[in-house]
Formats: sequence, structure tokens, C-alpha cells
Amino acid sequence: MKTFTEDDIVRIRGEFPILSTQSKGHPLVYLDNANTSQKPQCVINALKDYYERYNANIYRGLYELSELATAAYEEARHRAAQFLNAKEDCEIIFVKGTTEAINLIAQSYARPLLKPGDEVLITALEHHSNIVPWQIVCQQTGATLRVAPINLQGEVIQDAYEKCLSEKTKIVAMGHISNALGTINPIAAMITKAHAVGAVTVIDGAQAAPHTALDVQALNCDFYAFSSHKIYGPTGLGVLYGKKALLDAMPPYQGGGEMIKSVTFEKTIYQDLPLKFEAGTQHIEGAIGLKVALDYVTQIGFEAIHQHEHELLVYATQLAHEHKLRIIGEAKEKASILSFTLDNIHAHDVGTILNHYGVAVRAGHHCAMPVMEFFQVPATLRASFAFYNTKAEIDILFNALSKVREIFK
Amino acid sequence: MNDDLIELYQEVIMEHNRHPRNYGVLADANREASGFNPLCGDKIHLKLHVAADNTITAVMFEGNGCAISIASASLLTEILHGKTVTEAYSLFEQFHELLTGHPTEAPLGKLAVFAGVNAFPARVKCATLAWHTLKAALLNNNVIVSTETGHE
Repeated sequence: MKTFTEDDIVRIRGEFPILSTQSKGHPLVYLDNANTSQKPQCVINALKDYYERYNANIYRGLYELSELATAAYEEARHRAAQFLNAKEDCEIIFVKGTTEAINLIAQSYARPLLKPGDEVLITALEHHSNIVPWQIVCQQTGATLRVAPINLQGEVIQDAYEKCLSEKTKIVAMGHISNALGTINPIAAMITKAHAVGAVTVIDGAQAAPHTALDVQALNCDFYAFSSHKIYGPTGLGVLYGKKALLDAMPPYQGGGEMIKSVTFEKTIYQDLPLKFEAGTQHIEGAIGLKVALDYVTQIGFEAIHQHEHELLVYATQLAHEHKLRIIGEAKEKASILSFTLDNIHAHDVGTILNHYGVAVRAGHHCAMPVMEFFQVPATLRASFAFYNTKAEIDILFNALSKVREIFK
Repeated sequence: MNDDLIELYQEVIMEHNRHPRNYGVLADANREASGFNPLCGDKIHLKLHVAADNTITAVMFEGNGCAISIASASLLTEILHGKTVTEAYSLFEQFHELLTGHPTEAPLGKLAVFAGVNAFPARVKCATLAWHTLKAALLNNNVIVSTETGHE
């Protein structure tokens, strides 16, 4: 399937129960997918099935239920490895989300490594969760946090990025796709440049995983992280990929059950990968649900997903120009995210009114305050499209925006 | 238009948003504070003059924010003029009751236009930002308050 037919869209929408509900007396128009995505019936069923048929703790039971749960959990790990094209399943660590993945890298990889004079390089596009963990580790170690600047289109200025790189740069951490603006970073080239100075690369893939086929071996990134809930899976689960040699050399992030081989009061021997990083009872049903979600998106196909989402972005961008919205972020390469402001009307007023027409968008700083500051706006509206959205829904958004103007005339 | 929206965006609120009263810097202020709502980036800076007998003789504000927060700050500057500090605290309490759906008997004057905010729980903080800032200015001069430090 290369592109969706009308029938495909109807069928796909039918697979997401929430999309046929009403909000504020109107059919729900859900355009906040960069925030979290809706869940298909198959994912919802997988969670229900786990609790109804084989709920048990993993690794620990010598009984059938635990064996079933353990097998399903490890199958999810295998599926995630396949999805990212990791070399080995043990390079996949289940975490709470992208945020925890980045904190894990900052504390377990970066903290023992960094020294005063070393540099961590991020970009001016980052989400707070790819800024704050690095600030913390820089404070802990005396290393310096540097920021590669962006241009007025919201793209990282590549010359300036290269100039920020030196033998002092130990880590380069950057988003694959900007959550606030939708900019797609040319990460393959940026990773190569980072490696040229000997830096290790950390890619925040929270916004990329739902939209793009990924191949961590081709990218040659050292770490890559994404969140289940943004790719149609359950909340509370994320995937951290790391090259085995790096993960092996890292100390555990948290101590507890299941991450140990043996414990005495004198000495603890840690488990091998990946369990070394998975202390405590894991989000078992989350992993099982993610596996089904990854199957689901893969079966639809990223080629068709990209085609459809790109059409929605082009359509919405054209309407935004016609309606004289100020578009924030006009990168050449963009995912299906439209960030904008409407006249001088505050984003929260717009968001409140859109909500009353059943339209859900994000209004705020999108956890990217430095991006807002760069564009000198306190907040923006952000409509972010998934493959289940339609042009008709975008029309509803723009009709509702016209109502906002009537109220604020 | 939806009734709740008409209640929220009343003409008085829209008019104060378009033309905020007492907007600017008060020259002879002896109390001031900044209020910040990190969720939406709204900022209010409030300066006032409190006389020796605890009467508020002048209030001015600057800042940016949504229609609700700007209109609320504007109306605050109008209504506080000539009130005592004690009266100001009590007004804030009654105003908060109104916003959270517990209307009081006390006359709130023009502040009654904010009754519609009750139907929009996420917007209560917008309406109270200026008031939290006022309280901070009166209690603890020249501080920055945030809506996210457990007031609501």
C-alpha cells in the first residue's frame, strides 16, 4: 500500500475507537498527536488479553503464566530491536519513556565520563527533556553545555553546528524531529560529523518513531530513544537503544530486583544486558502493547503513512497561509506538525475556543521554552497530524479558527 | 456560539483585554511583585502604592498573557483603588470562590464577569494570576510567584 484510498482511511479510523467519540457535542477532531497518539483496538485488546489470560511477573515464576508473560515481554524486546534494526535484542532497554532514557544515558554514561573542560552539545530545537538532564550532568561534572543555533526557519545551522564540534565535545544530543516545530534534522550527516571529533551521539526519537522507518545501524547513532505512547502504544513505556559495547561498559542506572546476579551485603554482581538496566518489576503490559503497536504501524507501512501525513501538512500549511496565520517553523524538511499563532490572540484563548468545537490541539510552549524565546512568542498553537487524520478535520480546525477571530474581532 | 464561551468571553473581559486600564509602570510604588504561569508563559508585573493607613492608593501593571489574565489584571487595578489591604485579601478570597464555583453573597462588582471561568477549570489560573501577584506584593514585597507552586 503506497497511498491511502478513502476506504483505507475509513477502515483505519474505525480501528481507533476514540476517533468516533464526541467532544463538547462535536465529533472529536484530535490534532494533538505529537503530544500523545490514540490507540488502535488491537493495542487495547492486547492489554486486556494480558490481564485476562496471562498476568504474572516476568522471569520469576516457575509456572505457565509467568513463562507466557516472560515470553511476550521478550518478544516485545525482539520486536523493538527489529523495528530499530538493532544488531541484538540486548541493545534494547525498556524504560519509562524517552525522558527516562535520556536521564539514564546522562547519569550512567555521561556522568562517569565527563570532566571539567569537556563539552556536551545540544541544539536550540531541543525539548526540555533533552536539555535538563544534560544541564544536571554538566553541573555534576563541571562539563560545559553548548547549544548549536537555529535559523529563522527553525533549522539547525549546519555550519554553526560544525563549528561547535571539537575534540572537547564528548556527547552530541539532539532530537531527530523537533516537537515544537516539526523540523526534521539531517541527523545522519550530523552523527557522522559528531563521530569525526570522537563524540558519542544521543538521538531523541520521540517525534520521529511514529513517522519514519528507522535504522540505527545505518544511522550509526550510539543511542536512540523513543516513547511507546507517541507511536500508538501504551503510556509509561519507552525504548532505549544503545550500542552493546557502550551499554556493557556503563554502570546500572537504578539498583533493585531483577538487575542482579547475586547479592550479599558485601558485594552485588549485576545482570548482563539488558536486565542490568531494568531494576524492579517492569511495565510488562506496556511492552506487550508496544509490540502490537509496532506490528500495526509496520503493517500499514511508513511509506503510506508518510505520504498521507505529508499531504495533510501541505494542505494545512496552505490553509494557514490563506488564513494569514503566522507559521512558526518553516523548515524545508518537516514532519506533520504545524505550529502557529493567530493575530495577537493568546494561544490559550484559541485553544479554549477550539476545544468548544471538539478540536484538540496543543496550546503552550511545548516543553521547548528556548524555542519560543527564539521566535519571541510566549506560546504557540500546534496541530500535529497522524495517519488517521483527514483533510475534513483540518477544515473543521480552520472553521473553528475563524470563530476565534469572530469572538476576538 | 456555545453558551459557555459567551459566558467566558464577556464583552467586559474582551474590552479590558483590548484596552487594559492602568497599564504601565507606577512611579512612586512601594510594593511590587511578578507573577508567572509557566504552563502558558503568562507574565504579570504589578506595582502598587500602599499608604500609611493601609489604603491602596494606586496600582499599575505590565505584562502579557491571555485575554482572561490581562482582563483580570486590568479589573484588579480598577477595583483595588481606595481599598484597604484587608479588603483586598478578602476580595481575592471571594473572587477565588466565584471562580471555583462557590459564589458568595459578597458584592464583587465588575469581578462578577469572571463567573464563566468556573466552566473552564484550566483557565482559573489565568484569572487568578494577577491576584496571586498582588498577594505576593502585599505579603512579601518584590518576589516572583508562580502559579505552579501549589496555590490552586
